[in-house]
Amino acid sequence: MARFTPHWLNVLRGGALVATLGLTLSAPLAQAADRELLNTSYDIARELFAEINPQFVTYWKDKTGEDVEIKQSHAGSSKQARAIMQGLRADVVTFNQVTDVDVLAEKAHLIPADWQQRLPNHSSPYYSTMAFLVRKGNPKHIESWQDLAKQDVKLVFPNPKTSGNARYTYLAAWAAANDFDNGDETKIRDYMKRMLGNVAVFDTGGRGATTTFVERGIGDVLITFESEVNNIRNQYGKDDYEVVVPKTDILAEFPVTWIDEYVKRNGTEDLAKGYLNYLYSDEAQRTLANFYYRVNNDKIAAEFADRFPETKLLRVEDVFGSWQDAMATHFSSGGELDQLLRR
Amino acid sequence: MIALSRKRVLPGFSLSLGITLLYVSLILLLPMSSLVGQLSTLSWEQYWNIITDPRHIASYKVTVGTALAASLANAVFGLLLAWVLVRYEFPGKRILDALMDLPFALPTAVAGITLATLYSQNGAIGELLAPYGIEVAYTWVGIVLAMAFTSIPFVVRTVQPVLEDLPGQIDEAALTLGASNGYAFRRVIMPHIWPALVTGTGLAFARSLGEYGAVIFIAGNMPYKTEITSLMIAVRLEEYDYAGAAAIASVVLAVSLFLLLAINIWQARFYKRLHGGRG
Repeated sequence: MARFTPHWLNVLRGGALVATLGLTLSAPLAQAADRELLNTSYDIARELFAEINPQFVTYWKDKTGEDVEIKQSHAGSSKQARAIMQGLRADVVTFNQVTDVDVLAEKAHLIPADWQQRLPNHSSPYYSTMAFLVRKGNPKHIESWQDLAKQDVKLVFPNPKTSGNARYTYLAAWAAANDFDNGDETKIRDYMKRMLGNVAVFDTGGRGATTTFVERGIGDVLITFESEVNNIRNQYGKDDYEVVVPKTDILAEFPVTWIDEYVKRNGTEDLAKGYLNYLYSDEAQRTLANFYYRVNNDKIAAEFADRFPETKLLRVEDVFGSWQDAMATHFSSGGELDQLLRR
Repeated sequence: MIALSRKRVLPGFSLSLGITLLYVSLILLLPMSSLVGQLSTLSWEQYWNIITDPRHIASYKVTVGTALAASLANAVFGLLLAWVLVRYEFPGKRILDALMDLPFALPTAVAGITLATLYSQNGAIGELLAPYGIEVAYTWVGIVLAMAFTSIPFVVRTVQPVLEDLPGQIDEAALTLGASNGYAFRRVIMPHIWPALVTGTGLAFARSLGEYGAVIFIAGNMPYKTEITSLMIAVRLEEYDYAGAAAIASVVLAVSLFLLLAINIWQARFYKRLHGGRG
């Protein structure tokens, strides 16, 4: 019997050894940074921030002489907001959904309610809109939101219930129909029903939908952010796909903010503000435009003008009242979307 | 207490029971109590409205139907696999045996994406099926496939040890006594492995009911057609509606618990009959 007791002690010791080893390996190999900043961001921003972060580290070093490390975390922005509410001590958020930042103010009281006024352009250093990726030669002649409701067209975009990206698609389609039908709700609902009926696969996130469209060859149109559409085209073959930006579209803001509660505790308030303000600098705006995000900086916008077709951008606030209203009317349980999908 | 008077391999009845209870509380009861806590914020009417929503009911049908199909398929093929692994010697047997654990080792999302890649219309296997009008990915067949993949080890790993304990001489004896092959299998072998097979299939079914990662990538997730209940739960979570998510989860949990309980009771009776009450 006595032989067995040291055994589990050994197991514990072994476990501790493995844990120490793991920690040693995961520690940064380069010299230790003075401070770190955790940027919690949406799913498809991985490559973007992988490019911006090192630029910022250099910029901050030149400005203050301090070595900092920026950590990035990516998932659906609602999931990220939930993680923060449950205690993930992120310093800044860079989301693609205003509502997911609002939640941090309303439900968790981690940031003040007027967070949108703290940085220029409603705290949105860059913006985008929705675009269509169609197969070579645009065989189904997709030019507008109306074309998406045609009978033989198959669409791919994620489920608006689980993806912020798809919520924009839904709102853009509604807003465009509202524009087209002069606010006749019967006609808008009829259009929305046909459009939603054309969906071939509802993935849970933006990247999943991209895979379905590109790798599995399903559907005639992939609808996602203009930035994403162009990056997909560059990655998977310029000759196989075409990008269509409809004439009427929605303004998709990419809100950023620092989390007041956590930056105070982490002692990173100045760094967090410096990081977010840096996103408005010429250098960062140029990187953003390179990733096909639209920017407000006139100089940079002019440099990249040929990348961004002109389109009438409708604001969610103007068409739907406010984000809260849009969420409550359209995406809540039993709301407009659920009604439209009902058989 | 009897436990104190006898010598055991592991020390201390009170210590081991204490650790057991603590572990069960941390791993099982604590999360469960938070589920109940979420549920208690709902009135009975709200609870009823959520769980009987037509779209949720459609998702129960899809989930239970596909889980049933997957676990029945696994019962048949899992038994065959276990039989082959125990009764035959062939090159690569060890590898096949090790492969059986792969579905547990592989992250389920990876499995789902891989299956979707293989079985979509332009995938390696889907391409062969497409001319015959058979669609797997993004239909309920795909859901069955993903569930079967993630739950096959339950059947194999529960039946395998029982078969190993069953010496080959038993069927030989049955045959020399004049039983036909079918009769020997039905009346001599099956009664021994039957309880293990039912347990394994029940576990596979319960696992399939709750599977999310593997299924979500191959299901297509079309409302009323290929939406599984786990997705309905995920949707509620996205809306920060924890109580609603807990309500739907409670339905899945109740079905699983009921099934496993029924299997346990049935099994106890079965052993009683088999061993004349010593079981």
